[in-house]
Amino acid sequence: MTTAAIVDTRPRTLAEKVWDKHLVAKGENGTPDLIYIDLHLVHEVTSPQAFDGLRLAGRPVRRPDLTIATEDHNTPTLAIDRPIADLTSRTQIETLRKNCAEFGVRLHSLGDIEQGIVHVVGPQLGLTQPGITVVCGDSHTSTHGAFGAMALGIGTSEVEHVMATQTLPLKPFKTMAITVDGTLRPGVTAKDIILAVIAKIGTGGGQGYVLEYRGSAIRALSMEGRMTICNMSIEAGARAGMVAPDATTYAYLKGRAHAPAGDDWDAAVEYWDTLATDDGATFDAEVILDANTLEPFVTWGTNPGQGVSLSDTVPNPAEIDDANERSAAERALEYMDLAAGTAMKDIHVDTVFLGSCTNSRVEDLRAAAEIIKGKSIADGVRMLVVPGSARVRIEAEAEGLDKIFTDFGAEWRFAGCSMCLGMNPDQLAPGERCASTSNRNFEGRQGKGGRTHLVSPLVAAATAIRGTLSSPWDLVQDGIVPAGLVPASL
Amino acid sequence: MQKFTTVTGVAVPLRRSNVDTDQIIPAVFLKRVTKTGFEDALFYGWRQDPEFILNQAAYQSPKVLVAGADFGTGSSREHAVWALRDFGFDVVLSPRFGDIFRGNAGKQGLLAAQISEDDAETLWATLEATPGIELTVDLVAYTASVGDLTVSFEVDEYTRWRLLEGLDDIGLTLRDEARIAEFESQREPWRPRTLPARQVNL
Ligand code: SF4
Repeated sequence: MTTAAIVDTRPRTLAEKVWDKHLVAKGENGTPDLIYIDLHLVHEVTSPQAFDGLRLAGRPVRRPDLTIATEDHNTPTLAIDRPIADLTSRTQIETLRKNCAEFGVRLHSLGDIEQGIVHVVGPQLGLTQPGITVVCGDSHTSTHGAFGAMALGIGTSEVEHVMATQTLPLKPFKTMAITVDGTLRPGVTAKDIILAVIAKIGTGGGQGYVLEYRGSAIRALSMEGRMTICNMSIEAGARAGMVAPDATTYAYLKGRAHAPAGDDWDAAVEYWDTLATDDGATFDAEVILDANTLEPFVTWGTNPGQGVSLSDTVPNPAEIDDANERSAAERALEYMDLAAGTAMKDIHVDTVFLGSCTNSRVEDLRAAAEIIKGKSIADGVRMLVVPGSARVRIEAEAEGLDKIFTDFGAEWRFAGCSMCLGMNPDQLAPGERCASTSNRNFEGRQGKGGRTHLVSPLVAAATAIRGTLSSPWDLVQDGIVPAGLVPASL
Repeated sequence: MQKFTTVTGVAVPLRRSNVDTDQIIPAVFLKRVTKTGFEDALFYGWRQDPEFILNQAAYQSPKVLVAGADFGTGSSREHAVWALRDFGFDVVLSPRFGDIFRGNAGKQGLLAAQISEDDAETLWATLEATPGIELTVDLVAYTASVGDLTVSFEVDEYTRWRLLEGLDDIGLTLRDEARIAEFESQREPWRPRTLPARQVNL
């Protein structure tokens, strides 16, 4: 390896700029680059063996001041003051607590205001910032790319590597531009953009790439919307997703606990302003999507690429040319118990899940609450609302959202991953069908035999009212809500 | 990781091929939160049989495993290597290894060295003739010797170098410690820090 010295004036992409800035040593003859890591997020599931490895080798956590931990995957969302019933879950959490105490890592435990899903906690503390490198032993680390950070999910051996060295040996990625121009129609959201992108490029389409989301429709999105999009980059197989920082990013960050302040803020903004992809920089691949024509999008199958517009029908596998995709579609329809040609809007659900690192921020909850306010849940449907963090829960309660949800007939829970993956008791029963704002509709993901349709928070809300997969516009048509109430974008 | 030059210890003739990682350590043990203490899980299924070779008196503290071809195929679980290490093994000799297993082994200081099918046979015969006999593996000379018998083995050069130097992935990166420290000294002061915790009220 040679010492990093980047004196390159060629136009560069956002991803390349962040990479170059973090080069500790450049790899030679096929060896990887050594990349510095600014922020390491830790949770209970993927960290125990990493801490154990440090202990065995007698190594400390090199930079506890760049490391932060929270409890999320295993935490209960009811009765959080009682001991966790499941022994494996309890052991994982207790192990994290012991390890953080031993190695001097800051931990936000169950009951703490900053406890919550690791990808909600980083941004809300202002730790996730433009131009930094972020890693976490979790694939949805890509969420943090919404700030113009290079955010990578890593495995347990790499977690240990970062703990010990604050660096990672990495080979450079290819870059893909995803340009979404136009204006979203009311009721269409960031979630619909990303579901449409994945349906377009496929679950493997992003493999080996860092995706950069660009274009006027992306610029118009809030930080929450950008996080939703970057979050699901991994579902397209990408290593990371990014959005260049702008005034929206700065407004979100300013005043947060760990955001720079005073002169530091000015210095930071000056740097952040240099991050956007240069004119004339080239991407290895490009994808274009028209926001003007986009409709609410939902999945019918068992991977996030198996989706259609909500006004569409369940596709007929016989019409799929690619043999692998055809048989995957056949298997998916069997698992989902769906017949080709069924209108998506005729599909009844048993459960609605509003939560997960994709859609559990206060903005998501607010948008859903606006739709369901003063109405009641469809007969036989249960709805779980799980805020992404304890702070989100408190903020939502301060606005009275909890009351709106409980009056409607939904359950208002404590923060965590919950039914996104059902490591805690929040699971689907076999055969149960769910409209879920999470990011994975894999077989059994939300509980053995459970059937998942991925949807936006607005579709989740409308579905809870009608009992069938629905958009807010269906409510307008039914005369349930006035057209003016359909949120402009999210 | 300790530097690895020679290892001398009891060698176990495991006359089985296609030993996949599920047989090395069944999935139920993957729920544990530690990286050590997997010795009880090693070959869990087979060890229920009192006749299994690792249950025999001569093989209670072995260091070298001589296995058949395609050792460590199947899932990528690193636990397979941890379990072998925890049991006391420093070396596995086999005519062929699963790729991921061999990579994981190198990271954890377990030498996975390739011998010919014929040499595996000869080694098994020699080891079985004198149960509990010690074998010496010399990584510098690429040889495994027991009694009068010496066979040679192959190992990937990069892994061999790392084992000889006692470097795991982290150790390797830490050789660049000076550069990491230099990089750190130049980071902008406003970059985010998790400590001390700063509170802002709602
Ligand atoms: S909410 Fe779901 S996707 Fe997000 S970190 Fe938790 S388990 Fe993973």
